[in-house]
Amino acid sequence: MRAFDIEQIRADFPILHQQINGQPLVYLDNAASSQKPLQVIEAVDHYYRTDNANVHRGVHRLSQRATDAFEASRSTVRDYLNASSDREIVFVRGATEAINLVAQSFVRPMIVEDDEILISHLEHHANIVPWQMLCEQTGAQLKVIPMTETGELDLTQIDELLNSRTKILSIGHVSNALGTVNPVKMLTEKARAKGIPVLIDGAQAVPHLQVDVQALDCDFYVFSGHKLFAPTGIGVLFGRQQLLEAMPPYQGGGDMILSVSFSGTIYNELPYKFEAGTPHIAGAIGLAAAIDYIQQFGMEVLAAHEHHLLDLATAKLQAMDGVRIIGTAKEKASVLSFMIDGVHPHDVGTIFDQQGVAIRTGHHCAQPVMEYFDIPATARASFAFYNSEQEVDALVAAIKKTQELFG
Amino acid sequence: MSDLRDLYQQVIMDHNKNPRNFREIEDANHFAHGNNPLCGDKLVVYVKLDGNVITDVSFKGSGCAISMASASLMTESLKGKTLEEADAIYEQVHKTMTGETADRHLLGKLEVLSGVKEFPARVKCATLSWHTVHAAVDSDHDISVSTE
Repeated sequence: MRAFDIEQIRADFPILHQQINGQPLVYLDNAASSQKPLQVIEAVDHYYRTDNANVHRGVHRLSQRATDAFEASRSTVRDYLNASSDREIVFVRGATEAINLVAQSFVRPMIVEDDEILISHLEHHANIVPWQMLCEQTGAQLKVIPMTETGELDLTQIDELLNSRTKILSIGHVSNALGTVNPVKMLTEKARAKGIPVLIDGAQAVPHLQVDVQALDCDFYVFSGHKLFAPTGIGVLFGRQQLLEAMPPYQGGGDMILSVSFSGTIYNELPYKFEAGTPHIAGAIGLAAAIDYIQQFGMEVLAAHEHHLLDLATAKLQAMDGVRIIGTAKEKASVLSFMIDGVHPHDVGTIFDQQGVAIRTGHHCAQPVMEYFDIPATARASFAFYNSEQEVDALVAAIKKTQELFG
Repeated sequence: MSDLRDLYQQVIMDHNKNPRNFREIEDANHFAHGNNPLCGDKLVVYVKLDGNVITDVSFKGSGCAISMASASLMTESLKGKTLEEADAIYEQVHKTMTGETADRHLLGKLEVLSGVKEFPARVKCATLSWHTVHAAVDSDHDISVSTE
């Protein structure tokens, strides 16, 4: 194990050491995408310099090395999520593709008109739109677990919402817009007790919490690599083996077949059945390097630092006049959404950028959440373990500057 | 910070706080919805056109300071103008926002919008109301425009 030293950690992330508009970069947009440590950049670089070839095909040495590295990455992910087999780890482009895959290959074949799909009001568009598309295709109904003013799920009607017509519960683990950590274990238990399968969208959770899919007992768990300090374009679908085996392929092509003839095709075994075409090999290798990086410290240690920053920033913003925090759930991770009185979030974003502070402003691909609070957008700071207390101070200073300018 | 002061000049801040012609025109014969989906700016522009002359123009909506101020300044500058004059003004506004040399006489007060040229991400905020008014006079029914 490597000891947690914020200066040494920051030294691992080359991108952090630059000036924006003459000010040191303060990167607080981690919920949108995270930065990559040297160890990830070098793993990708090493792959392209020494091992690059197609996987599962050639008998030549490079193809074998590429295949070994790609499959070793799968094992690293399996181990990290505590899945029981590599066959349960499907590489995809990201959480979005994984949800679409489950919607089309798992739910679509078994859903009929007036069946129900249950999501929540807190979801990212990626966990809304694929289900709306499925509803249009099948006549099924989209049902929504409501939310409360603190940004938590309102579970008063949950026993009615999970009913005999419900074909899947698809729920975010952590809200990207507000940071709320949802009680996914309890919800999974409730759903599965009624025989309802559960998908957990972990895009915003995996960078902040240790995830154990067997302890959660969910059927599907999805996340994106780029939010976990890995490259863009790689993501993971965990699926219970028995379910994946029964599902038809999502896309057809090379690598997902055992044999092809014009009279018919025999599909490959898991997980390759769901990996048509040449995969993002370097991305998978980068993802494994990112997981290795995290595990040097242990997710608990990193999460504790990050939580300290979130608590510190929350306390400082609460103490400021004219600043309102949106999303005050008891259990939160990484995200601090806020409004500055009299200043539109888009203006906030520009003024922050002039001070080197990168935050997200907008609806965060969660427009229903914005509608609930009757606001067009929020400013959102989101922390990663490489952020520092000084950067919390920079956030506060940027807010003061904004208030001065608009005062 | 000097760039920020160029963007958020006193005139912009004033028009953001107290937008002019921020109302509905009951007997408007042209109107259009404008929408900036990524940042959430939304407005409606109302126009009363008498032949070729904009006899009244107003807007309602919400958005960032740049989009609100630009809309407010726009209504002030277009009232009483012919459509040809309005086009000529917009041409100069577009030039000044994209860093080209513009006719300062035609621009008048609108010159404050030149600050956005240093902020490419904000040009669409400043142009929203202008695109919307254009769509309104070009059409005899309600239409929607989006700058993204």
